[in-house]
Amino acid sequence: MSGEIVITVNGKPYTVQSAPGTPLLYVLRNEIGLNGPHFGCGGEKCGACMVLIGAEPKLSCHLPVSEIGHARITTLEGLIEEGELHPVQRAFIEEQATQCGYCVNGMIITTAALLWKNPHPTDEQIRTALDGNLCRCGTHLRIMRAVKRAEILISGKGGD
Amino acid sequence: MANQGRQTKPESMRRKGHRGSGRREAFWGQLTNWLDDWLEINSDGTVTAFSGKVELGTGVRTALAQIVAEELDVSIERVKMVMGDTQRTPDEGYTAGSMTINSSGTALRNAGSQARRILFELAARRLASNLDQLNVQDGVISVIQDPQRKVSYAELMGGKAFNIEVAENIPVKDSQTYKVVGTSTPREDIPRKVAGQSAFIQDFRVPGMLHARLVRPPSVGAELVSLDDSSLAGLPGVVKVVQRNNFIGVVTEREEQAILAAQTLKVEWRERPTLPPMQELYTTLRSRRTEDNFLIDQGDFDAAWKNASRQLQATYYQPYHAHASIGPSCAVADVKGDQIIVWASTPGPYPLSGTLAKLLDVPPENVHLIHVEGAGSYGQNGSDDAAADAVILSQAVGRPVRLQWSRQDEFVWEPKAPAMVMEVRGGLDLQGNVVAWDYQVWSPSHVARAHSPEQLVAGQLLSGQPSTQFGFSFGAERNAPTNYSFTNQRVTVHYIADSPLRASSFRSLGGAENTFANESFMDELAADAGMDAVEFRLRYLPDERAREVIKSAASKAGWEARPSPQGKSNRLAEGRGIAFAWYENDQAIVASVAHVQVDTFSGNVRVKRIVVAHDCGLIINPDGLRNQIEGNTIQSLSRALKEEVLFDEWRIKSVDWESYPILTFSEVPEVEIFLINRPKQPALGAGEPSTTTTAAAVANAIFDATGARLRQIPFTPERVKAALS
Repeated sequence: MSGEIVITVNGKPYTVQSAPGTPLLYVLRNEIGLNGPHFGCGGEKCGACMVLIGAEPKLSCHLPVSEIGHARITTLEGLIEEGELHPVQRAFIEEQATQCGYCVNGMIITTAALLWKNPHPTDEQIRTALDGNLCRCGTHLRIMRAVKRAEILISGKGGD
Repeated sequence: MANQGRQTKPESMRRKGHRGSGRREAFWGQLTNWLDDWLEINSDGTVTAFSGKVELGTGVRTALAQIVAEELDVSIERVKMVMGDTQRTPDEGYTAGSMTINSSGTALRNAGSQARRILFELAARRLASNLDQLNVQDGVISVIQDPQRKVSYAELMGGKAFNIEVAENIPVKDSQTYKVVGTSTPREDIPRKVAGQSAFIQDFRVPGMLHARLVRPPSVGAELVSLDDSSLAGLPGVVKVVQRNNFIGVVTEREEQAILAAQTLKVEWRERPTLPPMQELYTTLRSRRTEDNFLIDQGDFDAAWKNASRQLQATYYQPYHAHASIGPSCAVADVKGDQIIVWASTPGPYPLSGTLAKLLDVPPENVHLIHVEGAGSYGQNGSDDAAADAVILSQAVGRPVRLQWSRQDEFVWEPKAPAMVMEVRGGLDLQGNVVAWDYQVWSPSHVARAHSPEQLVAGQLLSGQPSTQFGFSFGAERNAPTNYSFTNQRVTVHYIADSPLRASSFRSLGGAENTFANESFMDELAADAGMDAVEFRLRYLPDERAREVIKSAASKAGWEARPSPQGKSNRLAEGRGIAFAWYENDQAIVASVAHVQVDTFSGNVRVKRIVVAHDCGLIINPDGLRNQIEGNTIQSLSRALKEEVLFDEWRIKSVDWESYPILTFSEVPEVEIFLINRPKQPALGAGEPSTTTTAAAVANAIFDATGARLRQIPFTPERVKAALS
């Protein structure tokens, strides 16, 4: 039963030990030891557990690991390339865009996906993209500013 | 483990110091003046600062490090904070009431000053120089005239104990000379969190750890009828089903196995109705037995009320609110015989360790509680309860257990912010002056911290006695009195002995609800007197700091002086409202102006902009402060517009984000913040004050836009429509 599923996470293949129906979130956290995706609701309603599957932001708290197939999974940790934070991650630091920071995983994953598809989103497009990501601390406006800053960092205007 | 190093501390220090001591009762802990309890100079050039307070997501770890760096003259990178550990830090009770900067901050500042003095004296001897010829830069003391003659803190004191008390009234630096305090030092935790490093209790792991989920009763007061272990036959990884009276949890090898086992376990409960029908909540609160506190009785209200030319009266309603932490509570416990280690995101490591000791019947010093940050809690969420659950489960299996609450566990079992009823009467004379003011509030206690096992869910399930009795009452008096100079006034708090739903601290305790009522009613009086709301408030505020806060908020918001309502009748009606609060009547001062647009057909309220002016004395970290004010404003707006814990006579019905929705990105307004820095005034806490003014500012803006007065939170479209008709 187990040992049959191989998934690709942050560029590396992993043979899954869990049962095929196990939600991806628990495989990422407990087998691979990642901390980026968080358990928030287990009901696909808050966005804390988001990962990128291909270039799409996906909720991982329900998605059975057996359904991933050959798609490439990227987590918050996987956005870091050769020790360099992704521009979206840098933007969140520069804007100090967290309070408790528990939801920040989903915010960064959603933003990275948004800016790939739409490098210059309007305020309304940013809000709509992030509407599925809940934040209880009220950091929304800082997160919006971080998205804008990431847009500049990515387009190279303010980047290093 | 890193914390074992503390055991080498000389016996004399440990006796004098207060770390790890057995008494764990006091709300604010036990004061310690022992310098080594607060600071250590390490031989690697770093400084370790100890605080019994904990990081609840507000950035106090960074703010405290700034204070230490400033007073000790070291760069902030050298300061390592150790917080909330019963074997390493002082006992500072609970992290609550925006008190961390006041209390821990003051203690660390004094300790820093004392340590710096001692280091200078040692350096003077070592360098054969006079004190006044010495200078310090980033922990290196040198002779001003001959900078090559120098010695570092580490060389002087590295790894050694000061062995001294912090002198009383020790002089500290003049705030005018501050270089670190008052700057927007970036938070040390954010780089870790955005990179996905282990940062939360939910990320905490120990070797050999098992996983657990709870099987809670469907309602408070339900009793276990039967449990069928055999329903888990064939499920993989089940280590144990732990059942003690009404407490049930499943412990498994892997996390997903615990989820499946908890869902699968066949359990039968006997439920009974223990709650009032929701539509009778407020009449229930008004009819229950109360203990009355007469806070203010000044002048002669009755006579003034009788003689007033206008008599106004209004009642305001606050439902139960959930803390609704974005990450459900979690804890890891390792119980080996009578030795217990618990990692938890509790706001009160020492008090909780004492309670857990009672729960397991071991001496308090056997419980080593280590705080690990959780998701934002804003008061008391389920974190203390989860710690108790984890301890019971670990004890049952004799191995370390990680317990994760489900979303539903958190919504149903976390203690709620209490429901309240506020009734205000005000009399005006012919000139529109307030001649009589009577404020009464009915509320359960806002504080029911876990001082005894019966106050923890686990304790109640083990004993079979659901307890909503508090034994003492606190918090509903917060901001029940205003700071307005009314001649004839009464303020009374009616404490309800038993809360229908379990309740405990939520950001500002009663401060937000009382301010909602007080500031809405001030607006009602101003409107009745035909006066501008800003001018009306200023009449009763002689204090210059308070006046400046109100005037600043109004001017930044582009306030046009005129009476409310604005008197136009468009479908989309626009209006603005102001609210003011002096937190706890002597802490930070806040005023908020809300701009709203009300769809008078649908009743939908869109808040477009909120302007906040804020004076919390000396500002420690302006950017951190802005972050707190922005967060307070948005969270309290969410509470005002959307939030209400639903229940029927049997069960709590708010169990997920659909039945307890919070504000989303599309609904968040612009927030503009105006900070007033008072470098010569004490630094006051900012975690709560700006949570108090939002609801009234929005209600007043809705009134200004439409003439409809919202007196019940939340301001849902249905309530707005009802108020309009």
